[in-house]
Amino acid sequence: MYGFEAMTFNIHGGYLEAIVRGHRAGLLTTADYNNLCQCESLDDIKMHLSATEYGPYLQNEPSPLHTTTIVEKCTLKLVDDYKHMLCQATEPLSTFLEYITYGHMIDNVVLIVTGTLHERDVQELLEKCHPLGMFDSIATLAVAQNMRELYRLVLVDTPLAPYFSECITSEDLDDMNIEIMRNTLYKAYLEDFYKFCQKLGGTTAEIMSDLLAFEADRRAVNITINSIGTELTRDDRRKLYSNFGLLYPYGHEELAVCEDIDQVRAVMEKYPPYQSIFAKLSYGESQMLDKAFYEEEVKRLCLAFEQQFHYAVFFAYMRLREQEIRNLMWISECVAQNQKSRVHDSVVFIF
Amino acid sequence: MSTASSSSWGTALVRISPYTFSAVGIAVSIGVSVLGAAWGIYITGSSLIGAAIKAPRITSKNLISVIFCEAVAIYGVIVAIILQTKLESVPKSQIYAAESLRAGYAIFASGLIVGFANLVCGLCVGIIGSSCALSDAQNSSLFVKILVIEIFGSALGLFGVIVGIIMSAQATWPTKV
Repeated sequence: MYGFEAMTFNIHGGYLEAIVRGHRAGLLTTADYNNLCQCESLDDIKMHLSATEYGPYLQNEPSPLHTTTIVEKCTLKLVDDYKHMLCQATEPLSTFLEYITYGHMIDNVVLIVTGTLHERDVQELLEKCHPLGMFDSIATLAVAQNMRELYRLVLVDTPLAPYFSECITSEDLDDMNIEIMRNTLYKAYLEDFYKFCQKLGGTTAEIMSDLLAFEADRRAVNITINSIGTELTRDDRRKLYSNFGLLYPYGHEELAVCEDIDQVRAVMEKYPPYQSIFAKLSYGESQMLDKAFYEEEVKRLCLAFEQQFHYAVFFAYMRLREQEIRNLMWISECVAQNQKSRVHDSVVFIF
Repeated sequence: MSTASSSSWGTALVRISPYTFSAVGIAVSIGVSVLGAAWGIYITGSSLIGAAIKAPRITSKNLISVIFCEAVAIYGVIVAIILQTKLESVPKSQIYAAESLRAGYAIFASGLIVGFANLVCGLCVGIIGSSCALSDAQNSSLFVKILVIEIFGSALGLFGVIVGIIMSAQATWPTKV
């Protein structure tokens, strides 16, 4: 019952909610980022990180460090936190936590299929996969020649199976089709997740609806911008937009016919929440759009922690950690390549 | 509702023995209070355990929330004991006299008052205690301020006890006529 979750939430979710809030307190603060941005080398970064929660994961790494090692070990911390919470969770929280990882599964599938298409070694690709999105038969993906085989051999046993109904064709896999496949799968996943949250009801449904709607809208804008000038027809583009969110359905109609960024901006400025994002960009500039979207996302994720007794805090924590790992990767790359002046271009402060 | 006809609901109600009402009142007083206390304790306790993993310093201070919830159960026990001392036997001819019924209803109402006041008090203190533990883990200056809210919450149970005891004080059974 909406508003009375406080009475029964703690039976199954109280302990884990307290744990995830403890993890949130360990996210890097602005002071940490300032220290990290002033580092001269990757070893300095490792030293600064050893005082944070990443310490135990980085301390055994031999120097010279690589940026990929830092990112890998930090991701390992996220995976450990996630697995700890998943094994303690009961239904429906365990299903909710599993939903959070399906996005990574989709990314891993696309990574392996694309890599195989470009004749890379399967082992090398497996190492690049995100650990949260691994599943048992993932290596078999390298064998499939077209989507039907992909589905029949591997994906029918994974949680991604229901998302495939819209994109099974007998076409061979090539770059364009794979991107379309990725976006179709992700669209089905978002809609499924949205329906699941609505079924949970209460505060979880309210907060997750907002977060997922923002995600759907952001993806719609990115799909539009990335497909400007490609062979993707307007109808195909329309099919890739999710059927919920602030932009559905009228914004999608307008976005489908956009041919350049200024038209996209004109469409988005009709919606107050997105108008503030696009106001930060000057005309003709789209590099800062990603950062503006990330900042808006982080703001909404932090707001999810303001209420107690709901599941959206778990989703918010996972996303904030991923943002933090992106920040660390950017900082490490800037430091490693001696481009410290560009550090603040892409770091999104969480606190 | 006329009590004139012997098969009306009114007659049925006044023919329930005042001993029954008193016993049910005492049961509700202790039973529902303990329900409220237990509810509050598990709400606070589960959050406290989880939060104390990352912030072990909060454990001893936040036991106060659990103690406030426990106090709610103690109020219920005290009032139940007081109520059961008020329960006296009356001669058979007097069982359905108006004075006996009054005493029976008084004990029943007293038990209900205390039971339900403590139920909501325990719930209230429990939910606040859970939020208190989580906020204390993030920022230790919040603890004392949230404790003030809990104190106001636990006053609710006390109100119930006070009214219940006043109610039961005037439960006088008729002596032999």
